[in-house]
This record gives sequence, C-alpha cells and structure tokens, in this order.
Amino acid sequence: MSVKKILDDMDYGLAPESPEEVKRWLLEHNSSFGHFIGGKFTKPKNEFISVNPSNGEFIASLSQASDKDVNNAVKMAKNAFKEWSEADPHERAKVLYAIARLLQKNSRLFSVLETIDNGKPIRESRDIDIPLAQRHFYYHAGLAQIYKTKIHDMEPIGVCGQIIPWNFPLLMLAWKIAPALAAGNTVVLKPAEYTSLTALLFAEICIEAGVPNGVVNIITGDGSVGEMIVGHPDIKKIAFTGSTEVGRIIRKRTAGTGKFLTLELGGKSPFIVFDDADLDSAVEGLVDAIWFNQGQVCCAGSRLLVHESIEERFHKKIRKRMNKLRVGYPLDKSIDMGAIIDKSQLSKIRKLVSQTEGSVYHAECDLPKGGLFYRPTLITGLSPSDKLMQEEIFGPVLVSTTFRTPKEASDLANDTTYGLAASIWSENINLALGLAPKIKAGVIWVNGTNMFDAAIGFGGVKESGFGREGGWNGLKSYLKHSINFTVQKNKSPQSYSREETLGLDRTAKLYIGGKQTRPDGGYSQKVFDASKNFAGHASAANRKDIRNAVEAMNKAYSWSTSSGHLRAQIIYFMAENLHARREEFAKRINQMSGQKDGSKEVELSIRRLFTYAAWADKFDGTISGVPVRGVGLTMREAIGNIIAFCPPNKPLLSLISCIAPAIAMGNRITTISPFIASMTATDFYQILETSDIPPGVVNILTGSHLELASHVASHMDVDSVWSFSEEDITKIIELESANNIKRTWCLKNIDWLDKRAEGEMFLDAATETKSVWIPYGEG
Amino acid sequence: MTTKSNKKLTLLPQAITARNTGVDLDLDWVSSIQANTSAIERRASSIGSRRSIKKQHQAAWLLQAVKCMDLTTLSGDDTTGRVRRLCAKAKNPISKTILEKLGLDSIKVGAVCVYHDMIEAAVSKLRGTGIPVASVSTGFPAGLSPLPLRIAEIEYSVSAGASEIDIVISRRHVLTQNWKALYDEVKDFRKACGSAHMKTILATGELGTLRNVARASAVCMMAGADFIKTSTGKEPINATLPVSLVMVRAIREYHEKTGYKIGYKPAGGISKAKDALTYLCLIKEELGDQWLNPELFRFGASSLLGDIERQLEHHITGAYSASYRHAMG
Repeated sequence: MSVKKILDDMDYGLAPESPEEVKRWLLEHNSSFGHFIGGKFTKPKNEFISVNPSNGEFIASLSQASDKDVNNAVKMAKNAFKEWSEADPHERAKVLYAIARLLQKNSRLFSVLETIDNGKPIRESRDIDIPLAQRHFYYHAGLAQIYKTKIHDMEPIGVCGQIIPWNFPLLMLAWKIAPALAAGNTVVLKPAEYTSLTALLFAEICIEAGVPNGVVNIITGDGSVGEMIVGHPDIKKIAFTGSTEVGRIIRKRTAGTGKFLTLELGGKSPFIVFDDADLDSAVEGLVDAIWFNQGQVCCAGSRLLVHESIEERFHKKIRKRMNKLRVGYPLDKSIDMGAIIDKSQLSKIRKLVSQTEGSVYHAECDLPKGGLFYRPTLITGLSPSDKLMQEEIFGPVLVSTTFRTPKEASDLANDTTYGLAASIWSENINLALGLAPKIKAGVIWVNGTNMFDAAIGFGGVKESGFGREGGWNGLKSYLKHSINFTVQKNKSPQSYSREETLGLDRTAKLYIGGKQTRPDGGYSQKVFDASKNFAGHASAANRKDIRNAVEAMNKAYSWSTSSGHLRAQIIYFMAENLHARREEFAKRINQMSGQKDGSKEVELSIRRLFTYAAWADKFDGTISGVPVRGVGLTMREAIGNIIAFCPPNKPLLSLISCIAPAIAMGNRITTISPFIASMTATDFYQILETSDIPPGVVNILTGSHLELASHVASHMDVDSVWSFSEEDITKIIELESANNIKRTWCLKNIDWLDKRAEGEMFLDAATETKSVWIPYGEG
Repeated sequence: MTTKSNKKLTLLPQAITARNTGVDLDLDWVSSIQANTSAIERRASSIGSRRSIKKQHQAAWLLQAVKCMDLTTLSGDDTTGRVRRLCAKAKNPISKTILEKLGLDSIKVGAVCVYHDMIEAAVSKLRGTGIPVASVSTGFPAGLSPLPLRIAEIEYSVSAGASEIDIVISRRHVLTQNWKALYDEVKDFRKACGSAHMKTILATGELGTLRNVARASAVCMMAGADFIKTSTGKEPINATLPVSLVMVRAIREYHEKTGYKIGYKPAGGISKAKDALTYLCLIKEELGDQWLNPELFRFGASSLLGDIERQLEHHITGAYSASYRHAMG
C-alpha cells in the first residue's frame, strides 16, 4: 500500500509477530509430543491434535494419557517426593529461581506459542501472561528460601495432582507448580487438552533448570485423564482451576478420601460504577475486565452494575469504546481481542446471547474471515432474575443492570451463587472502602480490575471455590499441619441402654436463637453416666432444628461486623461465668466420664476462652508487596455460618475449642454434640445466657451426627462445616458440601488437651481472606 | 490596536469544522469532572503496547507527525537568522530524496512557533507557503504580567501577522479553583485573538493534579479555546501520556456536549519518533481519525523532527541513519 494512500486513511496496517521460532521448536519435536514423566518425554501415543483457534490450522499432535501413564507419573512423583521435600530450602529456591530466569530468557517463544495455541492476542501473552508467570516463580523462589522462618508446624503434603484450564495455560501452570514446589511437594499436572503446548515447553525448561526427575510431571489428555488424577490413591492433594460444574464433581469424587483440595472455579463478578467515578477510566476498566482474553476469564467483570443516574451516559461511552476495539489475528500486535478457544465455546456464547430478552449491542468492528471470532457485546436492560445476569458466559459479553444506593449495589453484587471478584469504581474513599467488606468475593479491586500478583492471594468464596493462590496463604494451601494428633488415651464414654430409676427429671433442651427450645421432632434420648446411672434426657435435633439454627445465625449477622474488642469482652465474660461455676462443670464431667480430670478440663477451657478473647482483635490481615502504587490488602473475614460436629471426649473443652475461635473471628456457630456429651453441652448454654452473647451467635444442638450430617452439609446457607465427630461422617459431609461448594474441615482424634489444639489452625479455619487492591495517588 | 483581516486560514479547526464559539461557564459540569490518576496511568501505559505500526504504515504515520508539527524556537537568544533557518526547515522538513522514495512530492509542517519579536522574520520567510506563524503570548511562559498588557500582547502579535496565538493561563486560578476567573481571562484572550486561532497552554506541570488538568481543560474550552495545549516547554514536567489522555478525553466530552471540535497540542518532552507514534495512536483511539490532522492536532517540538528524519531514512535504506545526514532547522 502506498504511503500516500496510508496518509489519507491513517490505518494501523499489520504488525504480525513472527511465528518462525515456534515453528522451529515444533519441527524439532516433529510436531508430536508425548508426556513428561520422571524427567523424560515419552513416545507420542494415542494422539489427538491441537489447532490454532484463529485459523483452524494444525499445530501439533498430543498424547492422550492412559491409566498406565498416569500411574507412572504418580509413581515418579511419589519416588521423588522424599528427597525433594527434605532438600535444603535453598536448593528448592535455586531451582525455582532457575525456572524464573529461563522463562524470562525464553519469554518471546512462550508468548508466541501461547498465542498460537490459545488464540489470545500476542499483546496479552507478551505483556501479561508470561511476565506474570515469571513473577510467580521469582516470588516462590523467595518463599521456598524463607517460609520456614515464618510458618511452623506445617509440612509438604506429598504428590499434588493439578488440573488447569485453557484460558491462561502457562500462567495457571505457574500458579500451580510454583507454590507446590516451593513448599516441597511434587506434582502431576494436566494442562487443558486445547492448550498443552506451553506446558510441554515448560517441561523442557524444567530439565534445563535442574528440576530433579519426577518432581514435575506433565501429562496431556482430555477430562478422563483429569478423572484418573482425581481418583488416584497416591495423590494427596488436588488443585483444580476450571468450571464450577467440574469442581463440584471433583469435590464429590474426593469426598472421604482424605485428599486436600483447592478449587478455583467460575464467577460472575460485579463491576460496580458509581456516579462519582471517573467514567472514562471505568470504561477502560471494562475493556480490561470483559474484553480481556475474549472474556474467557474466571474473574471477568462480566456483570455491570451502574448507578441509575448515569446509566444512559455510561452505556453510550461503553458502546463508543467497544467500536474502537480491534478483533483479529492474535499474532497481530495491534489487536485487542483474538479468537475464542473452541467451536463449542463459541456456539455456547452465541446460544446464550440469542436467548436473552435484553437489548443486545455488538461492537461495530470488522471480524476476520474464518477462525473463531465473536464481537465485543453489551447487553442492557436486564434484571437480576435474567439468566444472563446469573450464568457465567465465559465470552466477551457484558451484561448490565442498575442500582440506586450503595446498599442496593452490594445486595445486587451478592445476588449470585458465585463470589470470585468485584470491581468498585468511585472517587469517594468512604464509599469504595466501605463497600469492599460488604461484597462476598475473594478479590476486590478499587478503581481497577483484573490486577494479579504472586504476592497476594487469589481465589473465591461461595461457588467460586476455596483455597488461595499467591502470597503466604497460597503457600499454606500446599502445606499440611504436622501435628500428629494421638488418639485419646482416655476411652470415649459410652452410652448405656440399661434403664435406671429416674432421679430428678432433667430435660436438656436445644439452644437456638438465644432461647431454650424443645426439639422440633419431639424426641429425646436418655443419657447415662459412667456409673450407668440415668443422667437426664437429651434432645434429638432434626433437620428442622438445623434449619431454625441457621435462620437464627442469619439473624445474628451483625455479629460479623461487630468490633474485635466487643467480641473479646463477651468471650472474657464467658470465661468469667464458667469460672464461677467451675465446680459444677467439673463434677458433671467426672460424673459422665467416670474419671477425675474434670477440673483440669474446666481450667483449660477457661484458658482457651482467654486465648481466643485475646485473638479476637489480633488476628490481623496483612499488606502485601504488590507492584502498584497503592496497597494490596489481605483482610481476614469471618466465613459466616459454621456448623460444628463436636466430639464426645473432653465435652466441654472440645465444645469451647469450636465455639471460641469461631465467634472470636466474627462467625456465627451452631454446635452439635453427641448425646453422650449432651449434658455438658446443654449445661453450657446457661453460661451463654449469662454472658451477653447476642441471640443466634451460638446455638447448641444435641443429636445423632450420622443422622444430621447430610442435612447440615447440604444446607445452602451454611458456609462451613467442621467435624471432629467420632462417627464416620467425613465422607457424607464432603459429598454433600459440593452442593454449594461450602468449606469443610474434618479432623479426627484431636488431643484437645494439647496446646496446639488452639490457636492459628483454628483461626485459619474460622476466617477467609479477601484481597483488596487499592491503587491510590493523585498528583 | 486593530487586528488585520486574516488571510485564508489553513490548518485550523475552522478549516474543517465550525469554530468553537465557547459556551457559558457551567460549574456543575466542571465540578462533576473526575480523573483517577492510577487508572489513567494504567490506560496511558498500555496505549503504546496495544498498537504497533510497522513498515510503510510507520513511514506514513511519521510523515503525518511531521505535518502536525509546530516547529518551535523559544529561546532568549533567538535571532532573525535563526528563525529564517527554522522557516526554511519548515518548508522542507524532509529531504527530497526521502520523499521521492516514499512517493511524495512535498510536505510541510503545521506551523512555526516563535516569540512575538520573531513574528516578522517568520512571516516574511513563510509568505506564500501556507505555513502559519504561531506566537506565544500573554506573558509567556509564566503569564503573570498585568492583564491589559497580556491582552495587548495578543493584539500586537496578531497585527504583526501571527495567525495562531499560544496563550498561557493563570495557573493560580486553577490552583485556587477560581473557575470564573479562569473562564473570564481566557474569554478575554479569545476576544483579543479575533480571527487568529487560539491555543490555550495549561502548563499542566504546574497544575498539581490530573483532576485540575481535566477541569481546567473544560473551562478553557467553554471560554472559547480553539486548541488546548499541555505546556510551555519551560515547566519541569511537560507533555506526558497521562496528561494527554486527560486532555483528549476532555476534548471528546466537550465535543459530545457542544458539537465543537477542539484541537490538541502536546508540547515539550516529545523527542522520539516512537513517542510520536504513541501520541498519534492515543489520538486515533480516544478522539478518532479526524483529529489526526494538523487542523486538530499539533506536536510542539524542537528535536522530534530530527529523529523522524533518521527513522525515515532507515525505513528506506535499511541502515540506521546519523543526524549529520539531515539538514538542520
């Protein structure tokens, strides 16, 4: 084209990145790849092909792993674990550092390969994906070096099975492998079948970086390979990033197996714009939120909530901006949006959009011929009940609705089953920072969006999953507590069926919403003490009592926003009141257990209350070293409604060990003690009644764990289930928890007298972290 | 003082669109303007990486940058000889050899920009070329001389033949949020300019915040600015991409609200061909193609041309160039 003509049109022209180096690399491998197992590539077998989504061209053929391959990989990882986990932290740091350096040295090759394989614009792989992947390895080289100075009593888990999605292939690999290796684990990773190539290039980097054989294993294939990983008995932890649907299946498949699990799932993240925001910047934020990576981002700001007073104006600005977006061949350096990953994804997007009753606006931009492209799209005039306001589209489609007040904004933001991220736009610091804690999500960006860094946690709440990636908490997701809880020496008390003559009738009720209530079912069970004398009747809670307790917890919502100081005062008061009645409690414990350590247990219980009263205003969040001018805040937030199955042994101490950390951190809790421990549990509600604890914050039930476990775990309004039960209910709980991907924490045989049975482990379980990005600065 | 009737205006907004008459000062509008520094910096930093202009296109874009250039000398030691040399360069900014290879006859720069006393020399040298002479005015660069003198200075310059006047605003009005005073001042200047075209220099490096830049931009346009311009070149910080983003967004907003198209001139600190391309991308993206012309966009630059010449020669020969191979301005 002549210069004269260009001067008239002032078009950008083409600026393609060269694919030559990638072609050379593919040729070296005959465009055909096996798995990376035990430090070597296997011969290609059972091949399937990987295509370039922007033009449908063949890139390479990959191997579908068989169960033999999976077993081999796990075996190699298992064999490598001992040496790697016991290696000097500095040795692990050196290896991770070498990986980071090699990623940097090969950054262009990785970027171009990623773009060819995935269809994302070269600008994004070059400026975002690959640099962030490098950053992740640098950061974790550092964590490998120093983490033991700060994290105690934790150890690596073992072989980790990692299953990653196709939207950020190398970056998700980095998020998985870097912390796993830093902590001392070995891994078997499966990239998505559409996008395995950068993982295989990474495998070569591992050889060069001196990663010991077997520490990193990469196997390719479709979902069936993922299933084999999930089901493998020698894999001790599963880390999955992908859809909520598959996450739910994995939760069910791993239920009761003892596998550790972290899930980073879907989202429908709100993008909230107030009338006092810098609207042009907010529009640009949307470009980074929903027209980044073709909208195929789990934390995409896909749900626009706009202040009603600026609705029209803001939509107009968005439409105008959309028309400037350039959709085209991803290797062109002047492209904003590339190709959709696969035909199936493209037709899913088309179908969802075609069904909407909202007003659909497609950007007036050119689309290249052939290839899987979709126009940036805005759908307005929707209400929260519309399908597209609820369902994750995973494409470049923004849906919009309006709000009137900050309260309505947070209500709408939370009106979703997901809870991954949120973006808040306002120039009013009170408004923005006040809203951040109210939105149920793992990540909040203030006047920004899609900011990521290795130094701060990323992950969701609700059906967006659990576990964090990045920062110190991300590392902890790859460590387990090394406390080896010994089985109690004192035998658990037993129930006796033999009927004794009744003494003074004693009816232990349930304690729900600050009131003693009879069980809904009207059943109770006789309880006998260690001398087989009748001790009283214990109420048998049923599913309706659970429902009532959850409603009571919901009503006690304001406990979660009360100050740590207030919560501490109330817990101290509980300790004071328990102290006043210590003899009565000790006697009851002795009576039920037939032993003489009751006063010791009461004494320890009082101490434990003091411990958590102390923690109530001291379990602080952190500020992380993220690379923005501003702060990356990690807030510790209450999880919400917790239901805990308490054990029969040490009935008072174990009960308090659950209640105190939970309420100290601002949760509401319902405990369920087994019948045999019910007398002490129900005695305890008298302490609660005199301690100014607001109704509903603590509810005490007694009943059969086996009967109640599934009702508790399936309840949608329960956020976490703890079980220290002696019954076999872990599997039921983990299985049913998949309903709403609630958190679960199931441990057996805790020695409640051990000082390690209080403190950080419980506080971690009682809190969830929220990362709040607050860029700031003016002038 | 009377203003000379103007010759045919070229390269000015009014050549392609209705001239901004200004509008009433709208303080609600002004106070609603926000500028989030961090978000603006993020966008500004991605403009250069979101677009890449290569080969023939790069050559064409660089030529367009030359056409949009206000070739400038604003030194205490300026002489008639120096200004004549600059004017000669303005007429032939790029060597004939290079132009021929690019398939073009001739190009010229947007304007020559000088102090008042140099107007005459410039006008006589540029007569018949269609290249306008711009003069900095109103007590440039600080703008702190008595208001009647500043107004008179405009009138002097216009009668001396300057068809573009680059005025400086009173920064203190912005820093004290005295929008009425700023509006009145700029309106007076515009009146004094008559048919000469007024570029309003905000001296953004002295306005403290991007929010101030955004609000001052709006007020100046309401008061009748034909162009808004970042800097005198004498402040410690001159044109930057974040400042430019704020100002072009203000222009876009003004256009949407009033229908008038206001021009933009970043000045000072733009010395590399690559930077010029980034600025052109910014304009294309945020304002649109119509602004990619000297009528609505100018670079205020003195050393940028040299780098562009070298890049163009490299484009043609494939070998990196040296500055001595190109005629001095």
